[in-house]
Amino acid sequence: MAVGKMVFALILGSIGTLVLGFLAKWVDRKVTARVQWRVGPPWYQPAVDCIKLMGKETVMPAVAQGTGFLITPLVGMAGACVAVTMLWVMNLELGVGFVGDAIVVMYMFAIPALTTILGAAASGNPHASLGASREMKLLLSYELPLTIALLVAIIHTGGSFRIGQIVGAQQEGSMVFMSISGVLAFLVALLCVQAKLGLIPFDMAEAECEIMAGVYTEYSGPPLAVIFMTRFMLLAALPIFLITIFLGGVQLTGWPVLASLIKFVIILVLITLIRNTNPRLRIDQSLRFFWYMLTPVALLALGLALIGRQYGVGWL
Amino acid sequence: MNWKFWSLKKSLFVYHVNAGACNNCDIEILELLTPAYDVERFGIILVGSPRHADVLLVTGVCTRQVKKRLQELYLQTAKPCVVMCIGACALAQGIFAEAYHVGPCVDEVIREVDPNAIIAYVPGCPPKPEAMIMAVVKTWQKLDELAAAEPKPVAPALPEVAGA
Repeated sequence: MAVGKMVFALILGSIGTLVLGFLAKWVDRKVTARVQWRVGPPWYQPAVDCIKLMGKETVMPAVAQGTGFLITPLVGMAGACVAVTMLWVMNLELGVGFVGDAIVVMYMFAIPALTTILGAAASGNPHASLGASREMKLLLSYELPLTIALLVAIIHTGGSFRIGQIVGAQQEGSMVFMSISGVLAFLVALLCVQAKLGLIPFDMAEAECEIMAGVYTEYSGPPLAVIFMTRFMLLAALPIFLITIFLGGVQLTGWPVLASLIKFVIILVLITLIRNTNPRLRIDQSLRFFWYMLTPVALLALGLALIGRQYGVGWL
Repeated sequence: MNWKFWSLKKSLFVYHVNAGACNNCDIEILELLTPAYDVERFGIILVGSPRHADVLLVTGVCTRQVKKRLQELYLQTAKPCVVMCIGACALAQGIFAEAYHVGPCVDEVIREVDPNAIIAYVPGCPPKPEAMIMAVVKTWQKLDELAAAEPKPVAPALPEVAGA
Protein backbone atom coordinates (compact mmCIF):
# COMPACT_ATOMS: atom_id res chain seq x y z
CA MET A 1 0.00 0.00 0.00
CA ALA A 2 1.05 3.55 -0.58
CA VAL A 3 2.20 5.54 2.43
CA GLY A 4 -0.65 8.04 2.15
CA LYS A 5 -3.23 5.29 2.12
CA MET A 6 -1.57 3.67 5.14
CA VAL A 7 -1.70 6.91 7.14
CA PHE A 8 -5.33 7.36 6.15
CA ALA A 9 -6.13 3.78 7.25
CA LEU A 10 -4.30 4.31 10.55
CA ILE A 11 -6.21 7.48 11.40
CA LEU A 12 -9.59 6.17 10.24
CA GLY A 13 -9.09 2.76 11.89
CA SER A 14 -7.97 4.24 15.20
CA ILE A 15 -10.75 6.80 15.45
CA GLY A 16 -13.38 4.32 14.30
CA THR A 17 -12.23 1.77 16.85
CA LEU A 18 -12.17 4.43 19.56
CA VAL A 19 -15.80 5.35 18.83
CA LEU A 20 -16.71 1.66 18.73
CA GLY A 21 -14.80 1.24 22.00
CA PHE A 22 -16.81 4.01 23.69
CA LEU A 23 -20.00 2.25 22.64
CA ALA A 24 -18.62 -1.14 23.68
CA LYS A 25 -17.74 0.20 27.12
CA TRP A 26 -21.24 1.63 27.41
CA VAL A 27 -22.72 -1.79 26.52
CA ASP A 28 -20.45 -3.30 29.16
CA ARG A 29 -21.55 -0.85 31.87
CA LYS A 30 -25.20 -0.98 30.86
CA VAL A 31 -25.33 -4.80 30.89
CA THR A 32 -23.56 -4.78 34.26
CA ALA A 33 -26.17 -2.36 35.58
CA ARG A 34 -29.05 -4.45 34.25
CA VAL A 35 -27.55 -7.59 35.82
CA GLN A 36 -27.54 -5.73 39.14
CA TRP A 37 -31.13 -4.51 38.52
CA ARG A 38 -30.02 -0.88 38.07
CA VAL A 39 -30.61 1.57 35.23
CA GLY A 40 -27.01 2.31 34.29
CA PRO A 41 -25.25 5.28 32.68
CA PRO A 42 -26.34 7.13 29.51
CA TRP A 43 -24.78 6.10 26.19
CA TYR A 44 -22.23 8.93 26.06
CA GLN A 45 -20.82 8.24 29.55
CA PRO A 46 -17.41 6.69 28.61
CA ALA A 47 -16.71 9.55 26.18
CA VAL A 48 -17.62 12.16 28.80
CA ASP A 49 -15.32 10.47 31.31
CA CYS A 50 -12.41 10.83 28.88
CA ILE A 51 -13.28 14.45 28.03
CA LYS A 52 -13.41 15.31 31.71
CA LEU A 53 -10.03 13.69 32.41
CA MET A 54 -8.56 15.66 29.49
CA GLY A 55 -9.52 18.89 31.28
CA LYS A 56 -8.08 17.96 34.66
CA GLU A 57 -4.73 18.60 36.25
CA THR A 58 -1.85 16.13 35.77
CA VAL A 59 -0.32 15.39 39.15
CA MET A 60 3.29 14.25 39.00
CA PRO A 61 4.30 12.12 41.99
CA ALA A 62 7.54 13.37 43.56
CA VAL A 63 9.26 9.98 43.27
CA ALA A 64 8.09 9.15 39.73
CA GLN A 65 10.44 8.86 36.75
CA GLY A 66 8.74 11.61 34.76
CA THR A 67 9.49 10.62 31.17
CA GLY A 68 8.70 6.94 31.55
CA PHE A 69 5.63 7.72 33.62
CA LEU A 70 4.10 10.05 31.03
CA ILE A 71 5.22 8.45 27.76
CA THR A 72 4.19 4.84 28.42
CA PRO A 73 0.41 5.46 28.10
CA LEU A 74 1.05 7.03 24.68
CA VAL A 75 3.22 4.11 23.54
CA GLY A 76 0.54 1.69 24.71
CA MET A 77 -2.09 3.58 22.75
CA ALA A 78 0.13 3.58 19.67
CA GLY A 79 0.47 -0.20 19.91
CA ALA A 80 -3.29 -0.61 20.17
CA CYS A 81 -3.82 1.74 17.19
CA VAL A 82 -1.43 -0.21 14.96
CA ALA A 83 -2.96 -3.55 15.99
CA VAL A 84 -6.53 -2.49 15.25
CA THR A 85 -5.58 -0.84 11.97
CA MET A 86 -3.86 -4.02 10.81
CA LEU A 87 -6.90 -6.05 11.82
CA TRP A 88 -9.33 -3.76 9.96
CA VAL A 89 -7.23 -3.50 6.80
CA MET A 90 -6.59 -7.23 6.57
CA ASN A 91 -10.24 -8.01 7.19
CA LEU A 92 -11.54 -5.62 4.57
CA GLU A 93 -8.86 -6.17 1.92
CA LEU A 94 -7.93 -9.85 2.01
CA GLY A 95 -5.08 -9.54 -0.49
CA VAL A 96 -3.14 -7.00 1.57
CA GLY A 97 -0.78 -8.26 4.22
CA PHE A 98 2.45 -10.15 4.57
CA VAL A 99 3.59 -13.53 5.83
CA GLY A 100 3.45 -13.57 9.62
CA ASP A 101 1.15 -10.59 10.13
CA ALA A 102 -0.93 -12.65 12.56
CA ILE A 103 2.16 -12.83 14.79
CA VAL A 104 2.77 -9.08 14.44
CA VAL A 105 -0.82 -8.39 15.54
CA MET A 106 -0.30 -10.64 18.57
CA TYR A 107 2.83 -8.67 19.47
CA MET A 108 1.04 -5.34 19.05
CA PHE A 109 -1.75 -6.49 21.34
CA ALA A 110 0.88 -7.31 24.00
CA ILE A 111 2.31 -3.77 23.91
CA PRO A 112 -0.42 -2.07 26.04
CA ALA A 113 0.17 -4.62 28.82
CA LEU A 114 3.95 -4.11 28.64
CA THR A 115 3.67 -0.32 28.76
CA THR A 116 1.25 -0.62 31.67
CA ILE A 117 3.92 -2.55 33.56
CA LEU A 118 6.60 0.02 32.69
CA GLY A 119 4.41 2.99 33.59
CA ALA A 120 3.38 1.46 36.90
CA ALA A 121 7.00 0.70 37.75
CA ALA A 122 7.99 4.28 36.84
CA SER A 123 5.29 5.80 39.06
CA GLY A 124 7.12 4.79 42.24
CA ASN A 125 4.03 3.71 44.13
CA PRO A 126 4.03 0.45 46.14
CA HIS A 127 0.46 -0.35 45.10
CA ALA A 128 1.35 0.22 41.46
CA SER A 129 4.45 -1.95 41.67
CA LEU A 130 2.39 -4.75 43.21
CA GLY A 131 -0.06 -4.37 40.35
CA ALA A 132 2.81 -4.37 37.85
CA SER A 133 4.17 -7.62 39.23
CA ARG A 134 0.72 -9.19 38.96
CA GLU A 135 0.23 -7.88 35.42
CA MET A 136 3.57 -9.40 34.45
CA LYS A 137 2.61 -12.82 35.79
CA LEU A 138 -0.77 -12.57 34.10
CA LEU A 139 0.90 -11.74 30.78
CA LEU A 140 3.15 -14.80 31.15
CA SER A 141 0.17 -17.01 31.91
CA TYR A 142 -2.28 -16.09 29.13
CA GLU A 143 0.03 -15.61 26.14
CA LEU A 144 0.85 -19.33 25.78
CA PRO A 145 -2.73 -20.71 25.50
CA LEU A 146 -3.73 -17.75 23.29
CA THR A 147 -0.91 -18.49 20.85
CA ILE A 148 -1.77 -22.20 20.74
CA ALA A 149 -5.42 -21.30 20.08
CA LEU A 150 -4.28 -19.08 17.21
CA LEU A 151 -2.26 -22.04 15.84
CA VAL A 152 -5.43 -24.15 15.77
CA ALA A 153 -7.13 -21.59 13.54
CA ILE A 154 -4.05 -21.42 11.33
CA ILE A 155 -4.02 -25.21 10.86
CA HIS A 156 -7.72 -25.17 9.98
CA THR A 157 -7.27 -22.52 7.30
CA GLY A 158 -4.41 -24.00 5.33
CA GLY A 159 -1.38 -23.33 7.50
CA SER A 160 -0.70 -19.72 6.57
CA PHE A 161 0.32 -17.06 9.09
CA ARG A 162 -1.46 -14.37 7.05
CA ILE A 163 -4.67 -12.95 8.52
CA GLY A 164 -6.04 -12.41 5.02
CA GLN A 165 -5.63 -16.13 4.34
CA ILE A 166 -7.24 -17.10 7.68
CA VAL A 167 -10.28 -14.91 6.93
CA GLY A 168 -10.47 -15.85 3.24
CA ALA A 169 -10.38 -19.59 3.87
CA GLN A 170 -13.17 -19.22 6.44
CA GLN A 171 -15.34 -17.15 4.12
CA GLU A 172 -14.95 -19.66 1.28
CA GLY A 173 -15.29 -22.78 3.41
CA SER A 174 -16.71 -22.94 6.93
CA MET A 175 -15.75 -21.05 10.05
CA VAL A 176 -13.05 -22.43 12.36
CA PHE A 177 -15.73 -22.38 15.05
CA MET A 178 -17.67 -25.10 13.18
CA SER A 179 -15.41 -27.90 14.41
CA ILE A 180 -14.64 -29.50 17.77
CA SER A 181 -11.10 -28.17 17.96
CA GLY A 182 -12.34 -24.76 16.82
CA VAL A 183 -14.88 -24.55 19.64
CA LEU A 184 -12.26 -25.58 22.20
CA ALA A 185 -9.75 -23.08 20.86
CA PHE A 186 -12.40 -20.33 20.79
CA LEU A 187 -13.30 -20.90 24.44
CA VAL A 188 -9.62 -20.84 25.43
CA ALA A 189 -9.06 -17.64 23.45
CA LEU A 190 -12.18 -16.03 24.96
CA LEU A 191 -10.84 -16.56 28.49
CA CYS A 192 -7.41 -15.28 27.43
CA VAL A 193 -9.09 -12.16 26.01
CA GLN A 194 -10.84 -11.71 29.34
CA ALA A 195 -7.43 -11.66 31.01
CA LYS A 196 -5.97 -9.39 28.31
CA LEU A 197 -8.73 -6.87 28.97
CA GLY A 198 -8.06 -7.06 32.72
CA LEU A 199 -11.68 -7.84 33.57
CA ILE A 200 -12.92 -9.90 36.51
CA PRO A 201 -12.01 -12.77 37.23
CA PHE A 202 -8.56 -11.69 36.00
CA ASP A 203 -8.46 -8.05 37.19
CA MET A 204 -5.93 -8.66 39.98
CA ALA A 205 -3.58 -6.08 38.43
CA GLU A 206 -5.93 -3.25 39.41
CA ALA A 207 -7.96 -5.00 42.12
CA GLU A 208 -9.56 -1.87 43.56
CA CYS A 209 -10.48 -3.35 46.94
CA GLU A 210 -6.96 -4.66 47.63
CA ILE A 211 -4.43 -2.33 46.02
CA MET A 212 -6.42 0.86 45.26
CA ALA A 213 -6.30 1.17 41.47
CA GLY A 214 -3.24 -1.09 41.11
CA VAL A 215 -1.14 -0.22 38.08
CA TYR A 216 -3.08 3.01 37.45
CA THR A 217 -2.92 4.32 41.04
CA GLU A 218 -0.69 7.34 40.33
CA TYR A 219 -2.18 8.42 36.99
CA SER A 220 -4.46 11.44 36.81
CA GLY A 221 -5.83 13.79 34.18
CA PRO A 222 -4.85 13.41 30.49
CA PRO A 223 -2.52 10.37 30.93
CA LEU A 224 -5.38 8.56 32.67
CA ALA A 225 -7.68 9.55 29.79
CA VAL A 226 -5.19 8.01 27.34
CA ILE A 227 -5.09 4.82 29.41
CA PHE A 228 -8.89 4.69 29.47
CA MET A 229 -9.08 5.21 25.71
CA THR A 230 -6.51 2.45 25.12
CA ARG A 231 -8.58 0.10 27.22
CA PHE A 232 -11.79 1.05 25.40
CA MET A 233 -10.06 0.44 22.05
CA LEU A 234 -8.91 -2.97 23.24
CA LEU A 235 -12.44 -3.73 24.43
CA ALA A 236 -13.58 -3.21 20.83
CA ALA A 237 -10.49 -4.68 19.15
CA LEU A 238 -10.14 -8.01 20.96
CA PRO A 239 -13.69 -9.21 20.13
CA ILE A 240 -12.92 -8.23 16.52
CA PHE A 241 -9.70 -10.27 16.80
CA LEU A 242 -11.73 -13.28 17.97
CA ILE A 243 -14.21 -12.83 15.11
CA THR A 244 -11.33 -12.57 12.64
CA ILE A 245 -9.60 -15.71 13.81
CA PHE A 246 -12.50 -18.01 14.68
CA LEU A 247 -15.79 -16.63 13.33
CA GLY A 248 -15.15 -15.82 9.70
CA GLY A 249 -13.94 -12.23 9.84
CA VAL A 250 -15.59 -8.81 9.76
CA GLN A 251 -17.24 -7.56 6.57
CA LEU A 252 -18.62 -4.10 6.00
CA THR A 253 -20.68 -4.65 2.83
CA GLY A 254 -24.23 -5.93 2.45
CA TRP A 255 -25.88 -8.37 4.85
CA PRO A 256 -22.62 -9.64 6.39
CA VAL A 257 -22.46 -6.29 8.28
CA LEU A 258 -25.39 -7.44 10.35
CA ALA A 259 -23.82 -10.86 10.96
CA SER A 260 -20.52 -9.24 12.01
CA LEU A 261 -22.34 -6.85 14.35
CA ILE A 262 -24.32 -9.69 15.96
CA LYS A 263 -21.13 -11.72 16.50
CA PHE A 264 -19.43 -8.64 18.02
CA VAL A 265 -22.28 -7.90 20.42
CA ILE A 266 -22.62 -11.56 21.46
CA ILE A 267 -18.91 -11.82 22.31
CA LEU A 268 -19.04 -8.48 24.16
CA VAL A 269 -22.05 -9.49 26.24
CA LEU A 270 -20.46 -12.88 26.93
CA ILE A 271 -17.34 -11.15 28.28
CA THR A 272 -19.50 -8.82 30.39
CA LEU A 273 -21.52 -11.68 31.81
CA ILE A 274 -18.36 -13.61 32.71
CA ARG A 275 -17.14 -10.51 34.50
CA ASN A 276 -20.39 -10.09 36.38
CA THR A 277 -20.81 -13.65 37.60
CA ASN A 278 -17.33 -14.46 38.87
CA PRO A 279 -15.18 -13.55 41.85
CA ARG A 280 -11.61 -12.35 41.42
CA LEU A 281 -8.95 -15.08 41.29
CA ARG A 282 -5.66 -14.79 43.13
CA ILE A 283 -2.64 -14.44 40.87
CA ASP A 284 -1.35 -17.96 41.65
CA GLN A 285 -4.81 -19.40 40.99
CA SER A 286 -5.02 -17.70 37.62
CA LEU A 287 -1.51 -18.82 36.68
CA ARG A 288 -2.49 -22.40 37.54
CA PHE A 289 -5.76 -22.01 35.65
CA PHE A 290 -4.04 -20.86 32.46
CA TRP A 291 -1.09 -23.23 32.54
CA TYR A 292 -2.60 -26.41 33.93
CA MET A 293 -6.16 -26.17 32.62
CA LEU A 294 -6.34 -24.01 29.50
CA THR A 295 -2.98 -24.94 27.96
CA PRO A 296 -3.81 -28.70 27.94
CA VAL A 297 -7.22 -27.91 26.44
CA ALA A 298 -5.55 -25.79 23.78
CA LEU A 299 -3.01 -28.57 23.10
CA LEU A 300 -5.88 -31.06 22.80
CA ALA A 301 -7.54 -28.78 20.27
CA LEU A 302 -4.23 -28.51 18.41
CA GLY A 303 -3.92 -32.29 18.29
CA LEU A 304 -7.49 -32.72 17.08
CA ALA A 305 -6.95 -30.08 14.40
CA LEU A 306 -3.76 -31.80 13.21
CA ILE A 307 -5.49 -35.20 13.07
CA GLY A 308 -8.46 -33.70 11.24
CA ARG A 309 -6.16 -32.07 8.71
CA GLN A 310 -4.08 -35.24 8.22
CA TYR A 311 -7.10 -37.46 7.50
CA GLY A 312 -9.30 -34.81 5.91
CA VAL A 313 -11.97 -34.79 8.65
CA GLY A 314 -13.47 -31.30 8.63
CA TRP A 315 -15.46 -31.47 11.88
CA LEU A 316 -12.51 -32.41 14.12
CA MET B 1 -20.72 26.52 28.24
CA ASN B 2 -17.20 25.66 29.33
CA TRP B 3 -16.49 22.03 28.27
CA LYS B 4 -14.32 21.36 31.32
CA PHE B 5 -17.09 22.12 33.79
CA TRP B 6 -19.78 20.52 31.65
CA SER B 7 -17.93 17.19 31.50
CA LEU B 8 -17.00 17.45 35.18
CA LYS B 9 -20.68 17.74 36.04
CA LYS B 10 -21.56 14.73 33.90
CA SER B 11 -18.90 12.43 35.32
CA LEU B 12 -17.98 12.70 38.99
CA PHE B 13 -15.47 10.13 40.26
CA VAL B 14 -15.88 9.78 44.02
CA TYR B 15 -13.21 8.80 46.52
CA HIS B 16 -14.56 7.95 49.94
CA VAL B 17 -12.55 9.07 52.98
CA ASN B 18 -13.52 7.77 56.38
CA ALA B 19 -12.12 10.33 58.80
CA GLY B 20 -13.28 8.58 61.95
CA ALA B 21 -16.95 7.85 61.24
CA CYS B 22 -19.16 5.33 63.04
CA ASN B 23 -19.98 3.62 59.69
CA ASN B 24 -23.57 4.85 59.69
CA CYS B 25 -22.93 7.47 57.00
CA ASP B 26 -20.79 4.97 55.05
CA ILE B 27 -23.72 2.56 54.87
CA GLU B 28 -25.98 5.36 53.64
CA ILE B 29 -23.42 6.22 50.97
CA LEU B 30 -23.44 2.63 49.75
CA GLU B 31 -27.22 2.96 49.55
CA LEU B 32 -26.64 5.42 46.69
CA LEU B 33 -25.10 2.66 44.57
CA THR B 34 -27.99 0.22 45.04
CA PRO B 35 -30.87 -0.15 42.52
CA ALA B 36 -33.13 2.18 44.54
CA TYR B 37 -30.97 5.27 43.92
CA ASP B 38 -28.34 4.16 41.35
CA VAL B 39 -26.24 7.31 40.97
CA GLU B 40 -24.35 5.74 38.05
CA ARG B 41 -27.26 7.15 36.02
CA PHE B 42 -25.57 10.54 36.47
CA GLY B 43 -22.08 9.20 35.82
CA ILE B 44 -21.11 9.08 39.49
CA ILE B 45 -18.89 6.12 40.37
CA LEU B 46 -16.59 5.17 43.22
CA VAL B 47 -12.88 5.00 42.37
CA GLY B 48 -10.04 3.39 44.27
CA SER B 49 -7.37 6.06 44.02
CA PRO B 50 -7.47 9.73 45.13
CA ARG B 51 -5.57 10.66 41.95
CA HIS B 52 -8.66 9.75 39.90
CA ALA B 53 -11.10 11.54 42.18
CA ASP B 54 -13.24 14.59 41.44
CA VAL B 55 -15.06 14.39 44.75
CA LEU B 56 -13.67 13.63 48.21
CA LEU B 57 -16.53 12.23 50.23
CA VAL B 58 -15.54 12.81 53.87
CA THR B 59 -17.49 11.11 56.64
CA GLY B 60 -16.88 11.34 60.34
CA VAL B 61 -15.41 13.80 62.77
CA CYS B 62 -11.85 14.60 61.73
CA THR B 63 -9.73 13.12 64.52
CA ARG B 64 -6.33 14.56 65.40
CA GLN B 65 -4.65 11.49 63.92
CA VAL B 66 -6.48 11.76 60.62
CA LYS B 67 -6.07 15.52 60.14
CA LYS B 68 -2.68 15.30 58.40
CA ARG B 69 -3.81 12.38 56.27
CA LEU B 70 -6.93 14.21 55.15
CA GLN B 71 -4.88 17.23 54.08
CA GLU B 72 -2.44 14.94 52.27
CA LEU B 73 -5.34 13.22 50.49
CA TYR B 74 -6.76 16.54 49.37
CA LEU B 75 -3.38 17.61 48.02
CA GLN B 76 -3.06 14.29 46.16
CA THR B 77 -6.24 14.77 44.14
CA ALA B 78 -6.13 16.34 40.69
CA LYS B 79 -7.87 19.73 40.76
CA PRO B 80 -10.66 20.79 40.34
CA CYS B 81 -11.81 18.65 43.25
CA VAL B 82 -14.93 19.05 45.36
CA VAL B 83 -15.08 18.11 49.03
CA MET B 84 -18.35 16.80 50.44
CA CYS B 85 -18.79 16.64 54.20
CA ILE B 86 -21.33 13.93 54.89
CA GLY B 87 -23.17 13.84 58.22
CA ALA B 88 -23.34 15.89 61.40
CA CYS B 89 -19.85 14.82 62.54
CA ALA B 90 -18.10 16.04 59.40
CA LEU B 91 -20.08 19.29 59.52
CA ALA B 92 -19.65 20.36 63.13
CA GLN B 93 -18.30 17.36 65.02
CA GLY B 94 -21.79 16.29 66.19
CA ILE B 95 -21.90 14.58 69.56
CA PHE B 96 -18.09 14.34 69.60
CA ALA B 97 -17.53 18.11 69.86
CA GLU B 98 -14.94 18.95 72.51
CA ALA B 99 -13.92 15.32 72.93
CA TYR B 100 -10.21 14.71 73.59
CA HIS B 101 -9.41 13.02 70.30
CA VAL B 102 -11.14 15.46 67.93
CA GLY B 103 -9.22 17.82 65.69
CA PRO B 104 -10.61 20.86 63.86
CA CYS B 105 -13.73 20.63 61.66
CA VAL B 106 -13.29 19.01 58.25
CA ASP B 107 -13.80 22.25 56.32
CA GLU B 108 -11.24 24.08 58.46
CA VAL B 109 -8.74 21.28 57.85
CA ILE B 110 -9.26 21.50 54.10
CA ARG B 111 -9.19 25.31 54.02
CA GLU B 112 -5.85 25.22 55.81
CA VAL B 113 -4.26 23.79 52.66
CA ASP B 114 -6.57 25.35 50.05
CA PRO B 115 -8.56 28.48 51.03
CA ASN B 116 -10.60 28.32 47.81
CA ALA B 117 -11.74 24.70 48.11
CA ILE B 118 -15.29 23.91 47.01
CA ILE B 119 -16.97 22.33 50.04
CA ALA B 120 -20.52 20.95 50.21
CA TYR B 121 -22.18 20.18 53.54
CA VAL B 122 -24.80 17.47 54.03
CA PRO B 123 -26.35 17.54 57.53
CA GLY B 124 -28.02 14.53 59.15
CA CYS B 125 -27.11 11.62 61.38
CA PRO B 126 -26.93 9.85 59.01
CA PRO B 127 -28.14 12.00 56.08
CA LYS B 128 -30.71 10.42 53.77
CA PRO B 129 -29.51 9.37 50.30
CA GLU B 130 -31.90 11.98 48.85
CA ALA B 131 -30.03 14.66 50.82
CA MET B 132 -26.72 13.51 49.32
CA ILE B 133 -28.17 13.63 45.80
CA MET B 134 -29.39 17.17 46.62
CA ALA B 135 -25.83 18.02 47.62
CA VAL B 136 -24.63 16.80 44.22
CA VAL B 137 -27.23 19.04 42.53
CA LYS B 138 -26.01 22.03 44.56
CA THR B 139 -22.43 21.18 43.65
CA TRP B 140 -23.49 21.26 39.98
CA GLN B 141 -24.98 24.72 40.53
CA LYS B 142 -21.76 25.87 42.16
CA LEU B 143 -19.75 24.50 39.22
CA ASP B 144 -22.07 26.39 36.85
CA GLU B 145 -21.33 29.60 38.77
CA LEU B 146 -17.60 28.91 38.58
CA ALA B 147 -17.83 28.22 34.86
CA ALA B 148 -19.68 31.52 34.36
CA ALA B 149 -17.14 33.41 36.47
CA GLU B 150 -14.09 31.95 34.71
CA PRO B 151 -12.51 34.66 32.53
CA LYS B 152 -12.92 34.05 28.81
CA PRO B 153 -9.65 33.78 26.88
CA VAL B 154 -9.16 37.12 25.15
CA ALA B 155 -7.09 37.54 22.00
CA PRO B 156 -4.04 39.69 22.76
CA ALA B 157 -4.38 43.22 21.38
CA LEU B 158 -2.21 43.90 18.35
CA PRO B 159 0.51 46.47 18.90
CA GLU B 160 -0.28 49.77 17.27
CA VAL B 161 1.77 50.42 14.20
CA ALA B 162 3.06 53.97 14.11
CA GLY B 163 1.84 55.93 11.13
CA ALA B 164 -0.76 53.40 10.03
